[in-house]
Amino acid sequence: MTYIAKPKLAHPGIPTNELGYTRRYYEGAVSTLCAGCGHDSISAGIVQAFFELNIEPHRVAKLSGIGCSSKTPTYFLGSSHGLNSVHGRMPSVLTGANLANRELIYLGVSGDGDSASIGLGQFAHCLRRGVNMVYIVENNGVYGLTKGQFSATADKGSKSKRGITNADSNIDMVGLALQLGATFVARSFSGDKAQLVPLLKAAVEHKGAAFIDVISPCVAFNNHAGSTKSYDYVREHNEVLNQLDFMPRREPITADYEAGEVEEIRQHDGQVLRLRKVSKDYDPHDRIAAMNILQARAAEGEIVTGLIYFDREAEDLHSNLNTVEFPLNTLGEEELCPGSAALDLFNADLQ
Amino acid sequence: MKNIAAVNDFVVKFANVNGSGSASANALFARAVLRMGVSASPRNIFPSNIQGLPTWYEVRISERGWQGRRGGVDLMVAMNPQTWDEDVAEIEPGGYLLYDSTKDLLPTKFRDDVQSIGIPLTRICNEAYTDARQRQLFKNIIYVGALGALLDLDPQVIAALIGEQFKGKEALMQSNVKALAMGRDYALSHFDCPIGLQIQKSDSVGEKIFLEGNSAAALGAVYGGATVAAWYPITPSSSLAEAFERHCKTYRHDSDSGRARYAILQAEDELASIGMVIGAAWNGARAFTATSGPGISLMQEFIGFAYFAEIPSVIFDVQRGGPSTGMPTRTQQSDITLCAYASHGDTKHVLLFPEDPKEAFEMSATAFDLADRLQTPVFVMLELDIGMNERLCDPLEWDDSRRFDRGKVMTHEMLERGDEFGRYLDVDVDGIPYRTYPGTHPQHGSYFTRGTTKDRYAKYSEAGPDYVDNMQRLLRKFETAKNLVPEPILHMDTHASQFGVIFFGSTAPAMYEAIDALEVRGLEVDALRIRAFPFSDAVTEFVAEHDQIFVVEQNRDAQLRMLLINECGFNPTKLVAVLHYDGTPITARFIVHEISEGIAALNEAPLRGTAAK
Ligand SMILES: Cc1ncc(C[n+]2csc(CCOP(=O)(O)OP(=O)(O)O)c2C)c(N)n1
Ligand code: SF4
Ligand SMILES: [Mg+2]
Repeated sequence: MTYIAKPKLAHPGIPTNELGYTRRYYEGAVSTLCAGCGHDSISAGIVQAFFELNIEPHRVAKLSGIGCSSKTPTYFLGSSHGLNSVHGRMPSVLTGANLANRELIYLGVSGDGDSASIGLGQFAHCLRRGVNMVYIVENNGVYGLTKGQFSATADKGSKSKRGITNADSNIDMVGLALQLGATFVARSFSGDKAQLVPLLKAAVEHKGAAFIDVISPCVAFNNHAGSTKSYDYVREHNEVLNQLDFMPRREPITADYEAGEVEEIRQHDGQVLRLRKVSKDYDPHDRIAAMNILQARAAEGEIVTGLIYFDREAEDLHSNLNTVEFPLNTLGEEELCPGSAALDLFNADLQ
Repeated sequence: MKNIAAVNDFVVKFANVNGSGSASANALFARAVLRMGVSASPRNIFPSNIQGLPTWYEVRISERGWQGRRGGVDLMVAMNPQTWDEDVAEIEPGGYLLYDSTKDLLPTKFRDDVQSIGIPLTRICNEAYTDARQRQLFKNIIYVGALGALLDLDPQVIAALIGEQFKGKEALMQSNVKALAMGRDYALSHFDCPIGLQIQKSDSVGEKIFLEGNSAAALGAVYGGATVAAWYPITPSSSLAEAFERHCKTYRHDSDSGRARYAILQAEDELASIGMVIGAAWNGARAFTATSGPGISLMQEFIGFAYFAEIPSVIFDVQRGGPSTGMPTRTQQSDITLCAYASHGDTKHVLLFPEDPKEAFEMSATAFDLADRLQTPVFVMLELDIGMNERLCDPLEWDDSRRFDRGKVMTHEMLERGDEFGRYLDVDVDGIPYRTYPGTHPQHGSYFTRGTTKDRYAKYSEAGPDYVDNMQRLLRKFETAKNLVPEPILHMDTHASQFGVIFFGSTAPAMYEAIDALEVRGLEVDALRIRAFPFSDAVTEFVAEHDQIFVVEQNRDAQLRMLLINECGFNPTKLVAVLHYDGTPITARFIVHEISEGIAALNEAPLRGTAAK
């Protein structure tokens, strides 16, 4: 792999966001993934989401594990700090980082091997704890970087490129996330940017554990007939529940949808999400209903996508721990060290 | 039979059944001795069990203030039928045996050379109490009352301690006082009190405090500015994390809002604990985890990551007996090589070896400075013997002018004025580069942290020269560490001896006593207490200045000796291993015996210096 810096200059006249940054400013190094890899489309979606959200890239911390997917943070938000941890352990590192500074935005990027196989434990526990983050699994059903072995999300009965049939049941990350208490759960497809970008934006604005499973075909090892994570298969079996429009706080709410088809979701910080319902009677605030529809559609061979569950009143780890409002990493001797007078009293108690 | 006669200098050991409520009664006894102004150091020898298995509490009483185990027992309080035979066998000739005489025991169960003191504890309890739990609990208090009379402990002192313990719980206090009196009265009316062993008021305790190592280390983390702690329960380290929480509740809540200036997470395992520490430290907080050997084993991959990605992290390893689950509740110094070279590839880590709770406090606070300064993992090598026992030590001290050393961190101002930032640039030729905290500056100073190889500007690079350049810098950094870590301490600085002793950690108190005892025998040794790895030049000098070095440690494979030979290139024949690793804390007697035998053997057949031609 090589590191190629992209030219920094942008043409005048190129659109900028409210901060005056071009879209280019949100990109990273040139990707070294295979041409056509789903992961690159997700990176592009992330670039667009942060550009449109007018977020200063340096206020974002990108963390990942190991895998092709986990390499992608090099390819977006070049001005953000990044950390490529060890295989399957991004959630713990992200949790610690979040504890140290509650003011940054935490973006965790992982793969299905990284999160559903070696890292299943950490995946589960960071969702349980309600770490304020966006956790993206770039799900291709295989280990891309180690050349095409099945991962734990590979569907039972699906065929590997070498013709081996997977006999093990698959792990559904979305179903798990729901059960574990994630407060924002979505699924999308790397090939559907129109669906993915608003979901990413909403997840960034969500205060709590937001999880997005993005099906992201591996063109090198899992895009053949017999795979259930190929571009063709996903397009044919994608059951879209809803389409999200993300409304930045100040945008006037215009009513250009038919009544009954649109639900406006007000978050407790005043943000509004607008959800265009495709499946008419689906309620994304009902965790149990979400679990049901997931199972029912999976039994029919359908892959449910969209905003699957959303908790308006989500709490995060910091509120559970009742930590001070300032980042812990800004506290100094004054706030942290009790000093010699307190130590004298401590000693006296033990004499 | 001549019974042992000793004032303020003997060993009392309690043999109990785990979960029988003996712990607080035994601690009451130790505290009473301390209140009499007499130095005492108690040690818990406990099983990995909640109820039913044998447990012991050994109290070393020493007017001269020896804090180590001496070896041997002068008075055994044998309350556990399961271990009766071994307990009776452990008593010194001329010693004493206090036991429950409610049931008749065969004469063969006793020793002719030991004075037996039978008190019908069960009968007394059964007559005084109806409740089963009370019968069991007060049996312990009754023997403490009897001990008071037998050893001539001031009854007022014990009564005062009971008063403090049950302040505000009048009924409980009264029943404890009553139980104490029953034991005392029985002893006074049935035996010649006091026996040959006596406690007399003294002032050998002075200003000293009585403190557990884990609590001290946790307080050091508070003083050292740790804000994030992540841990997974494991004996003997859990009480360190729990003490940190307790201390934080006292010292770290915002007085106005009541909110916490710390975050403690009980993680799902040790992999997550160390991951959280690394994440927090990367993001500019001071963070630590506390664990024991099995946890360190699990953390290996991440420790190498922190070493290579240069992320400060503090790890407390409260060592217990390994390998595997080994002896989970017994003490050892057997994680030395595990920690010194933790993880795959070429790694070396900074280790600190506190000798007692006071030093655990100091080294704990220092560990955070070292980790930040060196941007690397730092291990505080505690041991069960220090961590889970209360020890008498000098009062803790703190200099209010002391500032946290956050090491080389580039600030917004430095970046703004155009200082060159290369995450792995060795600007000061000490191997330590500058880092930035995430979110510092919009345009400058961000970089990608990774466990893969990189160039000086943190860019991914698999080029051989870049890799070697980086690995060499890490070595330079380790050289720098040599001069930053706590220096070894030379004891008996006479250089009169051709023999040297190297020791560390919890061996210290037994060693001080052993040096004294060896001197009485006419065997002078110089001793060096190692306090950190990497070893400073003082260690090399000490070894050079002596013909023969005994390296005393509490593990099977002479791990510190191995590290000394490996890192300093010493001639292995010069370093004689003295090893104690059965899980009980090392004793002064053991050391004296091994070293005197060793010296005798060396005098007969010197290992070195074969006659010159
Ligand atoms: C401890 C450890 N075991 C194994 C590996 C080898 N390894 C690297 S990436 C990978 C699988 C990655 O799969 P996934 O997370 O699905 O990412 P993808 O490449 O498919 O995007 C494995 C097994 C490793 N890096 N570390
Ligand atoms: S191997 Fe698969 S996952 Fe990896 S870059 Fe290529 S297409 Fe993407
Ligand atoms: Mg994968």
